[in-house]
Amino acid sequence: MNEDTATPLLKIENLRQHFPIRGGVMMRQIAAVKAVDGVSFEIGVGETLGLVGESGCGKSTLGKAAVRLLDPTSGQISFKGHDITHMKQGKIRPFRQDFQMVFQDPAESLDARMAVGELVAEPLIIQGIGNRASRQARVAELLERVGLPQNAAGKFPFEFSGGQRQRIGIARALALNPELLVLDEPVSALDVSVQSQVMNLLLELQRDFNMSYLFIAHDLAVVKHMSDRIAVMYLGKIVELAPADEIYRNPRHAYTKALLSAIPSPDPTAKKERVVLEGDVPSPIDPPAGCAFGHRVNHPRYEESIGLDLPFTEVAPGHWVQQCPCCCD
Amino acid sequence: MSSLLDIKGLVTSFDTDSGPVRAVDGVSFSVEKGKTVGVVGESGCGKTVTAMSIIDLLPKPSGNVLEGEINFKGRDLRNVSNEEMRKIRGGEIGVIFQEPMAALNPVHRIGKQLVEILGIHENLSARAALQKAVQLLDAVGIPAPEKRISSYPHELSGGMRQRVMIAIALACEPDLLIADEPTTALDVTVQAQILELIESMQQKLGMAVLMITHDLGVIAQNCDEVVVMYAGRVVERAPVGSIFANPRHAYTKGLLSSIPRIDSERKSVLTTIPGQVASIQDFVAGCRFCQRMERHDVLAPSHRPEFREIAPGHWVETCPQCFLA
Repeated sequence: MNEDTATPLLKIENLRQHFPIRGGVMMRQIAAVKAVDGVSFEIGVGETLGLVGESGCGKSTLGKAAVRLLDPTSGQISFKGHDITHMKQGKIRPFRQDFQMVFQDPAESLDARMAVGELVAEPLIIQGIGNRASRQARVAELLERVGLPQNAAGKFPFEFSGGQRQRIGIARALALNPELLVLDEPVSALDVSVQSQVMNLLLELQRDFNMSYLFIAHDLAVVKHMSDRIAVMYLGKIVELAPADEIYRNPRHAYTKALLSAIPSPDPTAKKERVVLEGDVPSPIDPPAGCAFGHRVNHPRYEESIGLDLPFTEVAPGHWVQQCPCCCD
Repeated sequence: MSSLLDIKGLVTSFDTDSGPVRAVDGVSFSVEKGKTVGVVGESGCGKTVTAMSIIDLLPKPSGNVLEGEINFKGRDLRNVSNEEMRKIRGGEIGVIFQEPMAALNPVHRIGKQLVEILGIHENLSARAALQKAVQLLDAVGIPAPEKRISSYPHELSGGMRQRVMIAIALACEPDLLIADEPTTALDVTVQAQILELIESMQQKLGMAVLMITHDLGVIAQNCDEVVVMYAGRVVERAPVGSIFANPRHAYTKGLLSSIPRIDSERKSVLTTIPGQVASIQDFVAGCRFCQRMERHDVLAPSHRPEFREIAPGHWVETCPQCFLA
């Protein structure tokens, strides 16, 4: 957010990630799940972009596509000015040092048969960095950095609690000194008292190493706390993107408003003013022809949005909203 | 006035390879008619085990209620026969679980599952039961209920499945609804729908709700009274306003201050509770929050702090370190 002139660390333009559905005798493609359907954003150096939305809206797919764990259908991904959209495995490997990912459930994303020391050293081995002794020293340093005891290196993931396992996942992601971390629901599986410990750790690491984060979560209070800017995703598209304080103070899209009003406030004296939504999110296989949110809430002006190419426009400095006849002010 | 549900000194133990462990260790609280009591605490604190002890749904034979009373409408549920318990469960006490996909039978149409419970408890004819099932689905806000009744659970979304669970739980108009993390698996907008539904059904039927959750927002917005559990025990119990305005146990206070809030300063350091809950085999007899904070010097670790009423309706475990005078 600090520079308009400098190249952003990560720039995503009109990204589409569709998953084919095959059927029939010939297993031809008969449809596609449009998990990410035309998304653009940038992340600056040292900045956190929060990504919120309900399950199935495509936020995890977007996170994976952003660091090329998937092959995008169309669009462009640039990392420090290099187009990595369709780079082959061999060519992209050196870039992988610079962007790493932390997953929601460390119990599943860590190989249960590897000791913590091996898990944390694995990225170093893959990139061919250092020798055995230097790697061991680096592992010790990383474990200390994320607040794990030194004897952790010889233990296995199951010997740790959920919060500690997430620290292992973070240590592994940090091993290569990345510039960008994609954090996919990193604290969602943790209890509140442990959640705040891990959030503090992530904030501290960001300050110390000037890393950029793409922080994906569904808990809006958590996202607000962690992010500089926030993107709200609905059915494969970003419907609103703005500085964190601005989006909470002045949401423009009806979906953002509904999402914000749905959070139960941890204050019994706060008045409930819930916008209770009807219905469910439409299917990404066959999305509505017009504004997907207007369709869900049966907006009287939904019909007007059919067939329109809903533009994503800047309505105030840094505040972008998907324009449609039904859902925005 | 006697409460609808009054639990006194409940102890529930599980047999494990390393000997018996007390997942619930002397829990007492009550639920008044028509009120909502929230049970809050971190995973493994014994919230769900407490609820399952009430309706005798502990995994057998490893889980057993060892001590205490569970008074429900004047009867101790520990002494009722299995047959009677089956009538109470689903009849007088309804239950909804966190994961409706795991609680619904995947090979039966939802209509059949609703008719089944009506058949057991209400003695209705097949035709009348089917009709009532459609009404129930309609009441919980399922669109086109006469069509949906022949759907299988996998054909419904998570929110719709939870609505079916609620329809089943409320089929016999229970006096008490036990809701075990009813919205944890759902998105916020769907969570708001489900909480609204539970509240409106509660008003319609005049039932009490025992709401188990780890979400303090849900507690603040939906409960009359709060029971805070830590490591198998209740550390604090009070009307919802007192808990949030004036927490008197260090754990409650820590829990409240560690959640990020929409209006707190972005990227500021959050208050944390250091350490983590001890594993259940290592629980001390004394104050378990002191155990977490590694305060060994205060009291003999064998001394269990007294659970005392410090103000009308406000109960706290009065450990000299953790009780905030």
